[in-house]
Amino acid sequence: MSVISDETGKPFNLSMLVYDTRYRSITIQTFAFILFMAVLAWLVMNTYFNLQALGKDFNFGFLGARAGYDINQRLIEYTNDSSHLRATFVGLLNTLLVAFLGCILATIIGVIAGVLRLSNNWLVAKLMTVYVEGFRNVPLLLWIAAIFAVFTEAMPQPRAFRGDNPAANMLLGDSVAITNRGTYIPAPTWGDGSMFVVIVFLLSMVGIWVFGRWAKKRQDATGEILPTFWIKLGIFFLPALLVFFILGRPIGLDYPELKGFNFSGGIHMRNSLLALWLALSLYTGAFIAENVRGGILAISKGQTEAANALGLRSGRTMSLVILPQALRVIIPPLISQYLNLTKNSSLAIAVGYMDLRATLGGITLNQTGRELEAMLLMMVIYLVLSLLISGAMNIYNSSVKLKER
Amino acid sequence: MSDKSFVRTEMLGEQAPPLTEVGIVKWMRANLFSSVSNSILTLIGIYAIYYLASHLVPWFWYSIWNAGSLSECREIREAAYGDVPSACFAVITERWNQLLFGFYPQHLYWRPVLAFVLLFVALAPVLFNNLPRKMFIFSAIYPFLLVWLIWGGTIWGPMAVAAGFVVGWYAAKILGDRFGAIAAVGGGILAAIIWWMFLAGPIAGGLSSVLPIGIEAVTSKDLGGFMLSVIIGVTGIALSLPIGILLALGRQSNLFFIKSICVGFIEFIRGVPLITLLFTASLLLNYFLPPGTNFDIVLRVIIMVTLFAAAYMAEVIRGGLAALPRGQYEAADALGLDYWKAQQLIIMPQALKISIPGIVNTFIGLFKDTVLVVFIGLLDPLGLTGAIRATTEWNGIYWELFVFVGFLFFICCFSMSRYSMYLEQKLRTDHR
Repeated sequence: MSVISDETGKPFNLSMLVYDTRYRSITIQTFAFILFMAVLAWLVMNTYFNLQALGKDFNFGFLGARAGYDINQRLIEYTNDSSHLRATFVGLLNTLLVAFLGCILATIIGVIAGVLRLSNNWLVAKLMTVYVEGFRNVPLLLWIAAIFAVFTEAMPQPRAFRGDNPAANMLLGDSVAITNRGTYIPAPTWGDGSMFVVIVFLLSMVGIWVFGRWAKKRQDATGEILPTFWIKLGIFFLPALLVFFILGRPIGLDYPELKGFNFSGGIHMRNSLLALWLALSLYTGAFIAENVRGGILAISKGQTEAANALGLRSGRTMSLVILPQALRVIIPPLISQYLNLTKNSSLAIAVGYMDLRATLGGITLNQTGRELEAMLLMMVIYLVLSLLISGAMNIYNSSVKLKER
Repeated sequence: MSDKSFVRTEMLGEQAPPLTEVGIVKWMRANLFSSVSNSILTLIGIYAIYYLASHLVPWFWYSIWNAGSLSECREIREAAYGDVPSACFAVITERWNQLLFGFYPQHLYWRPVLAFVLLFVALAPVLFNNLPRKMFIFSAIYPFLLVWLIWGGTIWGPMAVAAGFVVGWYAAKILGDRFGAIAAVGGGILAAIIWWMFLAGPIAGGLSSVLPIGIEAVTSKDLGGFMLSVIIGVTGIALSLPIGILLALGRQSNLFFIKSICVGFIEFIRGVPLITLLFTASLLLNYFLPPGTNFDIVLRVIIMVTLFAAAYMAEVIRGGLAALPRGQYEAADALGLDYWKAQQLIIMPQALKISIPGIVNTFIGLFKDTVLVVFIGLLDPLGLTGAIRATTEWNGIYWELFVFVGFLFFICCFSMSRYSMYLEQKLRTDHR
């Protein structure tokens, strides 16, 4: 007969704190907690004494003070009389602007490059490999500096556009001028009744969505497939264009024109923004291309063959069978690429783009001498930004994720 | 019946396949012009190549390698070729030493070069496992040798720091024999810390006054160029892997407090740009440390870059841990292995193998990120291109410097990624 030893009857002694697995985790955690608190206290004490020795205090009052510096690129109203807080906001919006533009362009470039890399066209596949390896293996900062140099050094001066036989020409029917002082593109002008056009356009977007749902329901019920793409395309353009012409073309374009030494009119996109945007997009696009390629390769060949056996055309095979499955593989790394792009936008420092780091972490920090507060605030903002982006993308991810029982 | 036959009696000789089915024509039809859309893509591709080549080929072809300044370069070009695009690589032939070594004293270049060569000796047993295992001894010594060769000074400083590890190890061994594993780990770490904090300094000082063995010292502000990138990159890579493993284990642990600390640390580091951490290292570290502490800026940068890479590494390794089937953990438990033994023998070898691509990508990212130190005033290769452009001789030169620096980074990063592919192939044990 076996003897079942009963440990519970044993009296508690100190060595059990280390050798008994029931208590050991508590011991280790208590020890770690004490150590952590001690280190934290040590850091806070050091900071306190260092601040005292320097005659500084820790408060964020400086954010309300007058900033006193200009920001050349701003999305909201800002003058040098505005507060540091407002300057921070301007910087944050600029960061968001370049991150948003960059994510869109990087996704487009990445998807195209990733798909083309798998193309059976040898030349294009090799070209895309060169692009991807070239951008992935060279520091982003170098690309930013190089692309910025392309804009500022290799582009013509505004005066080169002057004269009957100018050295440089505007692109796209005299509407876009790329100069070494920035790129000028046409700006929309909003006349009377333009509101209606916009409203009709938004309504047709809703219409597209409603139509899509209706067509899907109909297909489920009757098995009949409508040419949804062309109908949606029609809804997208026709009503808005119709209203646009009925109301006598209320939305116009303000073309940039060469006046004096520089262009005026239109939208002036600064070289700093353009260079940063392009460099971030091309760099991140190379990484996204690899994710897209990996995602498509991860779908087994049997899926394509099964779809072919069912009689699906190659376009439908892609959109109904391959892509929905590949997306599940692609999206999680895509999220982290978006996060990387947002964080990498802080390299704006290299081209003088006034992002969050340049306003709050740059001029404000230097002017007020509040390194501790400014850096902490900046880190918290970036942290919140990252968490928001990853949160939003995770919600999207869980909506396309494989639903298992 | 006539002897006319309607069936051939002898075979015809084999004919050559049609021209469109052999050789280059078939290859082109299959790979370049298989359909209309493919043909269009090919034409676009050819145009893109032509466009790039028409600009780049003459630029490289007419490049000038011997000149003292950019204007001299232009004069030579005017005299020799006329008005053509031409690269002025003379800037590289004249300033290559700055781009590679920063302002490191010229007569001491042999030291970083020796350190760089020895780096491959130290790396060899890590990279290729058919080399004798004893070479790991050199790999262990190498970090201290690197510090001594680059910064110079007395040999006793690095030796005293290295001795700390020996002290810790012996303390752990003695305590382990008597009181068990936990006491060994704690005691070892404590002994090493005590050694470093109180004994290492005076002993190194004493020894160097008795036996002054040393080489000429070089300060951190003279370090720069590609050498600086390699130093930061290699130390960061070597240190971030173990820290990353510990963080990943901490994050997977079921000890709530340890897990929270690790999650908090990883998410914080991954949430902020590296540049803010570098600014923290240069501006804020003085606030967090006891008054009067001031340590080397390169060391601070290495610490920050290491922590940054370690957080990313932890996530990569966590992915590897999560990809392991639960049965592996249970099998380790069933064999009666304790936590560390199970990690060392069962879990980590498999988890690390799965995460090789991610780990190497993190390494490449870290190495590329070393150029960011330019923003806190260190002279990395990119910062030096600015410094060279600021001189009167080379004012206005861009592309040649970018091409050179980009080429250096490309070689390093590309070979790292190729090595990881080789490693993946070698370690693949599943049947395909």
